[in-house]
Amino acid sequence: MDIDLITNILYAMVRTGTPLLIVALGEMVCEKSGVLNLGQEGMMLMGAVIGFIATLTTGSLLLGFILAILSGVIMSMLFAGIALGLNANQVATGLALTIFGTGLSAFIGADFVGQPIDGLNPYAIPLLSEIPLIGKMLFAQDLIVYLSFGLFAVIYWFFKSSRAGLTVKAVGENPHAANVIGLPVMRTRYLAVAFGGAMAGLAGGYLSLAYTPLWTENMTAGRGWIALALVVFATWRAERIILGAYLFGLASILNLVAQGLGYPVSPNILAMMPYAATVMVLVMLSSNVVKSKMHTPMWLGKPFHPGG
Amino acid sequence: MDTHHDAGGTLNLRLRLQGITKQYPGCLANDRINLAIEPGEIHALLGENGAGKSTLMKIIYGVTKPDAGQVYWQGNPVTIKDPATARRMGIGMVFQHFSLFETLTVTENIALALGEDAGDLKVLADKIRTVSQRYGMELNPERHIHSLSVGERQRVEIVRCLVQDIQLLILDEPTSVLTPQEVDTLFITLRQLADEGCSILFISHKLKEVQDLCHSATILRAGQVTGDCIPAEAGATNMARMMVGDDTPISTDYPKAEGGEVFLKVHNLSQTTEDPFGINLKNVDFEVRSGEILGVAGVAGNGQEELLAALSGETLEAQAEEILFAGEPAGHLDPKQRRQRGLGFVPEERLGRGAVPEMSLKDNGLLTGFLQGLVSNGFINRVATSQFADKIIDDFNVKTPNQQTAAQSLSGGNLQKFIIGREILQNPKLLVAAHPTWGVDIGAATAIHEALIRLRNDGAAILVISEDIDELFLISDRLCAICNGEISPSKPTQQTSIEEVGRWMTGIFDTETHAVAQESV
Repeated sequence: MDIDLITNILYAMVRTGTPLLIVALGEMVCEKSGVLNLGQEGMMLMGAVIGFIATLTTGSLLLGFILAILSGVIMSMLFAGIALGLNANQVATGLALTIFGTGLSAFIGADFVGQPIDGLNPYAIPLLSEIPLIGKMLFAQDLIVYLSFGLFAVIYWFFKSSRAGLTVKAVGENPHAANVIGLPVMRTRYLAVAFGGAMAGLAGGYLSLAYTPLWTENMTAGRGWIALALVVFATWRAERIILGAYLFGLASILNLVAQGLGYPVSPNILAMMPYAATVMVLVMLSSNVVKSKMHTPMWLGKPFHPGG
Repeated sequence: MDTHHDAGGTLNLRLRLQGITKQYPGCLANDRINLAIEPGEIHALLGENGAGKSTLMKIIYGVTKPDAGQVYWQGNPVTIKDPATARRMGIGMVFQHFSLFETLTVTENIALALGEDAGDLKVLADKIRTVSQRYGMELNPERHIHSLSVGERQRVEIVRCLVQDIQLLILDEPTSVLTPQEVDTLFITLRQLADEGCSILFISHKLKEVQDLCHSATILRAGQVTGDCIPAEAGATNMARMMVGDDTPISTDYPKAEGGEVFLKVHNLSQTTEDPFGINLKNVDFEVRSGEILGVAGVAGNGQEELLAALSGETLEAQAEEILFAGEPAGHLDPKQRRQRGLGFVPEERLGRGAVPEMSLKDNGLLTGFLQGLVSNGFINRVATSQFADKIIDDFNVKTPNQQTAAQSLSGGNLQKFIIGREILQNPKLLVAAHPTWGVDIGAATAIHEALIRLRNDGAAILVISEDIDELFLISDRLCAICNGEISPSKPTQQTSIEEVGRWMTGIFDTETHAVAQESV
């Protein structure tokens, strides 16, 4: 393999892993607060279709991304109103949100299937992007990829050393104790869910506005579900989520490369590879039970009444 | 003149409650409660479970709002709307079920409670060290909570209150999780705090420690104040009467028994747990004879759960010979097979393991009573099941509307009487009972104790695992303790002392040689 091919594989790995990284980071924050939102796929699809329509009709990519994020937030607040406000079962509510989002996005986007737009173009940072091998991967990407690097750093720092991060962790571990020592349990949870929604919307928007500037029905292709698995197997740690997301990206790219080179393997098996590889590696990583338990939000998915 | 004096007296009080009333659906938790605490006073709030102690302190700490009544703080009427307000006023609280976060460090836990005042975590860690040393409660601020013992966790809760400027410290049943030695240390700290002018509200149902520690006491029963007294002067019996009323028998002494043949023999039982927060059992070795009660003392989380699971058959042993029932290997038998060989089992969790909360008493009776002819050819014998449930309810005086009542709607004491009754009526040859009277009022506790003694006199071998050391001394014929998965040697109850069992509970097992060495000095 020549160096150009490797450079390009690395570049595509990050690009392919980015939507997964964004949605998984959002879900991680949400779950750290003890709320399990299975609606990622639905929120992503809504972000993708709304962002696409906005950009197609106005020509503004910025507006597209803003509306994508906003639709993710609105979807997540729908979830929060039912699961937190009315204390419904979080799993059932999240599933309903995905089914709802899948259907609604297909309905809204029916007239826009296959229409072309000018997607977000990469912006190569001068000099830095010339570094051999990793220059293109890190410094010749589009703005959302750069943003995802920043988001990763901020979330890593947030849980490592910020007071607010500590609060989110505490609320996710034991909301009753948190309430008793005066932490704003419900506000923290609403904000965490909203952040998860924003990230899912952004990830959806990235798919339809940058990754493949197109709208097709169900274009997230299960990334919302993979993100949910990723968060669990990454044991709620940002540094493992980024690893898993890029691993998924790498496996997806190798699958295309392998198909291009014409290996005599069924394309269906190859298409399965990214999912299988990501899950397998993360399962192996999460085998240390004590360490995994340390990072697991113990109250995940359980409802909480501030009054009771 | 009188009114003027009153106003002056009230001003000097740190906390005064006037006519506090709180109504829950179907239960008047607090009925016009008055209470006054002076600066530097250690004030006991005595009462049985369900007397309204918890509700009252939650009102003081701002967790619950009263329906009527007024709280005065330093002489001024105040409304405490949430725990944060209470903390800012200088009220600290140590909960019975700790409000700590296991995956965070000591410093992080304390920082969370302090809110914006926490400041830099390194400075806070130094402050925690200083405060904990000053009050004789060693703490390492960097440790994670899950790696701390229960006693250490309580220290974290107390230090969390002390790093702030504190005027009133509320402790909810603080000694229920401590060894006798730890209790002594805690009392020294509390006295030091009170000498410095901090008021302490000490919630308890243990008369002896209230007499040791407290300057004054308010006694609650069924939501009402039934008396105020100075514990050192009022007799224990008087205070007990105020707590339980006139109709309830207060337990006395039970004659001790020797026991006959060994029924249960546990030999070199070792187990490695999969649970990262669990305890490994190490060479556990003990015997229980027919016709005796062996008491196992120990602070929670020292391997009791693992030992219980090993005895009940929930976890199977590597070697069948590690557990012998009447000389026969039983370590490989599942729970049903062990029951067929005469095991009765009262687990530590009443709802969820002892009984299925949503199911009726009748169905709960069937759950372990299935060997008593209640099932034939796979079909439930409705009539026999119904009779069995009625017999439990009658014999053990379970207060319930009928046998169709769901287990979860019974009070803790009544449900415990039902569960113990269900096991005893099956005439077990061996009864393993965990925390038989935990959270049970004195009347029900006495009934349960009497039932256990009767079963013993009928020749059953009984193993009682409890955290309540007074209870173990009352009913056990022999005593031992469990610490970090190891079992201490056992001794007849009359030949040991609270101090010795306390040392066993902390893992010092060679108390014999210890005592001899001291004598020879």
